[in-house]
This record gives sequence, C-alpha cells and structure tokens, in this order.
Amino acid sequence: MNVIETNKLTRKFNGITAVDSLDLEIEEGEIFGLLGPNGAGKTTTISMLCTMLKPTSGSATVNGFDINKQQDEVRNSIGIVFQDPSLDDELTAYENLDFHGMIYGIPKDTREQRIEEVLELVNLSEKANLQVKKFSGGMKRRLEIARGLIHHPKVLFLDEPTLGLDPQTRNNIWEHVKKLNESEKITIVLTTHYMEEADSLCDRVAVIDHGKIIALGTPEKLKQSLGGSIISIEANSTLLPQIKKIRKIKEVYWANGRISITAEDAEHLIPIIFELAQKNGVEIHSISLHHPTLEDVFLKLTGKSIREEKADAFDRVRMRIRSRNR
Amino acid sequence: MNKQLSGIYILWKREVIRFFRAKSRVVGTLAMPFFFLVILGSGFSPNYPQSGGERYINILAPGMICMVLLFSSIFSGIRVLMDKEFGFLKEIMVAPISRISIMIGITLGGMTTSIIQAFLLLGISLLLGAQINLYGIPTAVLFMLLISASFVALGIAIASKMEDMHGFQLINNFLVMPLLLLSGALLPINFGEWNFITYLDPLTYGVDAMRVSLTNTPGMPLWLDFAVLAGFCAVCILAGAFLFSQRD
Repeated sequence: MNVIETNKLTRKFNGITAVDSLDLEIEEGEIFGLLGPNGAGKTTTISMLCTMLKPTSGSATVNGFDINKQQDEVRNSIGIVFQDPSLDDELTAYENLDFHGMIYGIPKDTREQRIEEVLELVNLSEKANLQVKKFSGGMKRRLEIARGLIHHPKVLFLDEPTLGLDPQTRNNIWEHVKKLNESEKITIVLTTHYMEEADSLCDRVAVIDHGKIIALGTPEKLKQSLGGSIISIEANSTLLPQIKKIRKIKEVYWANGRISITAEDAEHLIPIIFELAQKNGVEIHSISLHHPTLEDVFLKLTGKSIREEKADAFDRVRMRIRSRNR
Repeated sequence: MNKQLSGIYILWKREVIRFFRAKSRVVGTLAMPFFFLVILGSGFSPNYPQSGGERYINILAPGMICMVLLFSSIFSGIRVLMDKEFGFLKEIMVAPISRISIMIGITLGGMTTSIIQAFLLLGISLLLGAQINLYGIPTAVLFMLLISASFVALGIAIASKMEDMHGFQLINNFLVMPLLLLSGALLPINFGEWNFITYLDPLTYGVDAMRVSLTNTPGMPLWLDFAVLAGFCAVCILAGAFLFSQRD
C-alpha cells in the first residue's frame, strides 16, 4: 500500500518553479530518501506534504488524506523533524514532549506512558527533567525525533536530520532511525544531501534536482546503473577521444576538469590508459579508481557535483546559525 | 473541541512556566516602574498642584501598573516572533489545532503573566506608601484584563506582519512609548486645545480607570472607560486573529 502519493505536485515561488510536477509513490514501512543539492526542492516538497505550504497546482495524499482538503487528518498522521531546531530551550525535555502530546490532544494516561516510551527509544530517559538548553546538538535532534513520534504517526518526515552534526553523532542518529523504523513500523521520509546517509539508511532513494526526480530506486540499483567502477583522470581533454576507442569501456565523459571512465573491469584498464597517454604525449596529473557511490549517480545524471562550492558556503553559514541556536 | 481546549491550555501553561523560570526577566521589567515610583515619587511628592491635594505616588502607582501591563502584554504578543526565530513556532503551527486556538492560548498566557506582574507592582506600591483602595481591586482587575488582552492581541497582530525582531525598536519607539506618554501614566498632561490627542490613546482610559478604582482619584466615569477599552479590545482581538490566521 502507498502511504504517500503525489500527483503532478507543483510549487512556484515568484515564477521560479521549486517543485515541478512531482509524481511520487512511497510505500508503507519503507525508509525513503529524497536526495539532492541545496535548493533542489526537497524541503518544499516536505512542507507541502506536511500541509505547511500550499501547492501551486497538483495534489497529494498522505495516509489516504488529501493535503489540500483534509489538513487536520494529514497533520494527525504525520510527525516531522524540521531542518532547523524547533524545541523550546527554556522547557525541559519532558515539558517539550508534554507540550506536543497536549497540543495533539492525547489524553493524560496515554500521554505519560507514551512520553516514557519515546524517551526510552532515543535513550534520553535520564535527561527528561533537564532544560533543553543544556542539551548537545545530537541530543536535541534525538529529542525532536522522539517528539515527532508521540502521537503515533504513520509517516515520520526528517528534513536533513543530521545537518551540522559531527560524524559520530550522525551514525548514532542513523542507528536510532533504523531502530524506530523496525520497532514502530513507521514509514520514514527523509531529505538529505549526504550521499552516505541516503546510501546506508534508505530502502529507496529519489534523486531530485531542480524540482524534478531524475532517478529513483534502491541505492544498490542506482549504483549498478552506472555499470561498474569509475576511473577518474586528471589530464588534458585531448586524451578523451583516444580513451573512447578502448573497447571494454562503458562510458566516458568530461566533468569538473576530469575524465571519468566507467567500466566493469576498471583495475585492468589503468595500465592501458597510461600506455595511451604516453603514446599521445599527454601528461596524466593524477588518476584514481573508486567504486560507484550515489554521488557518481548524481554526477552522471546532472553533470555536476551534489555539493558545489556555493552550497558549501551556504552550509557553513547555516551550521553557524545552528550551532548558535543549539 | 476537546483537542482545541487542551491545545489552548498547554499554550497558556507554557507561557506561565517560562515566566516563572525567567526570574531575572521579571526583576528586569519591574525595576523600571520601581525606580519611577521611588525617584519620581519622591521628587514630586510634597505639593503637586494638579493632584488636588493628593500625594503624587497615589497618582503615579496606578499609572505604573498600566505601564507594566502595556509593556509586558505587547511584548508577550511580539514574542511570537522570537518563537519563529528559534523555530518553535513551526512546532505549534504544524499541530492539528486551529490558528484561533493558538492565538487564544498565547493571549491568555500573556494576560496571566502581565497581570501577575501588575499585582507584584501593586504590592510594591503599597510598601512604598501608596494609599490603595482594596475594595477597588475587583474593578481594577476587570480593567487589567481588558488592557492586557488588547495589547497582547495587538502584539500578535504586529508580529504577524513582521518578518523578524529587527523592527522591534521601531515598535517600541513609535508605538509603545507614545501610547505610554500620551496616556498620562507618568503625569497628567495638558496640550491645551490639542488635548484631544490624549483621548485618542486607549491607554488614557485604562490609566483613568485604574486611578479611579485604586486610589479614588477624580476622573472620567468608569462606564466610559469600560466602553472605550472594550471597543479597543474587540478591534485588537479581531485584527490579531485575522492577521495571525493569514500568516503562513
């Protein structure tokens, strides 16, 4: 059964199309990733599915409810962890959860029991009565995830759940997400621009760019679609036509000043390439071999890296703001 | 309906919890009226001609109570913007309760904390020697409710139109201070033929009602104060509810 279905979902901001006729089906119980660079339309998509933003056109259902017509029903069916922190720092962890339970109208008995449960789930039971401003970034994130679960949602949205967290904390969050996907039987939809996150966490990934889905499938399938390992060569592009003549090669293209070669038996090609270069008098500055990642899938589909210089600068500012608030 | 009520209750409770947790802020808001009472009160005290033989502190204390109500109420409303900045507003906005309920919750919370501060100041005034008519307190509470509800709602209305806290100084200088000074909360004012301006300030009626009920100072009839403030309150609440439900 599909817990989320979108039908030509579109959102424009002042004439700029952020989400472009999106058709998406997300199955119950899966961890689904929306992968793409900053500004690809991931957060806009989630905002519309959460009824925080009205679509310009098109429609979608969440848990069978229409996001345009049945807002309250949709809101009761979802939990959400926003990209930026959204806890009340002055309140304790328990009070934050209690606030959530109350505003979702959960009766006292169930509420208290449920708060215990979700705190246990994210290992924060002992910190329940501590003010949130004393929490670390990772603890706050876990608390937000716990909060999103209190009202037993069918779908949990995680918008860039590990942005601004250190690698260790990131792994820890992943563990928790996997655990609750199993123990709570909940569908999880997450956005990310971290390849490793999508790869290790998601059952299926939609690669999104300029508001459109450009690839969809399991991480394994997406990587296999590249057809083998990749050799990346830093050399003059005059070498390109020569390399194209090698028979075993599946694909050769030029991106970011490097020649990228895809081939199944890539290891054995390296000597051949050196020979070719020597014959043609082209100097090879560096060469590397690696097994495909989702980054390569993105690079191949769009001709650009998912984390471009601009996005990185944006990220740094964003992280600084986050670390101030966290 | 039950869900809306429990939402309103927890929004109210949050305001109250935060209020009691931020003791330094309470001291901060009460410090200014306290110094006004002590310093201005001592300077003007002996023979203030316009008081009709009253001691100045009896005129000043009700005015200071109105000042505290004005400041803390309008700030409670504008605090919605801080919730926006710290992200908590999203948590409230994505919950399955109506915008009107959210606004009611915030308004009741702001009213409660403002009136608690008004009573703290009333106590301070008594200690400083103001002659408060204790039988007038129920009437005064009625007016406190009207004043605080109006200005919390006004604060929410303003916050709904503002993007961030940068405009706060403008609001303070061009709205809050004129409202305070024109109301005669500090001293009775007289602009001669321009004096009608003071009657355009809704807080003038609040200050007047507070003086009449708390310190038996001669003033306008209470029914007039009530009528004007009730009208103002209704306008603010409607504006706040409308603008707040418009925001996305």
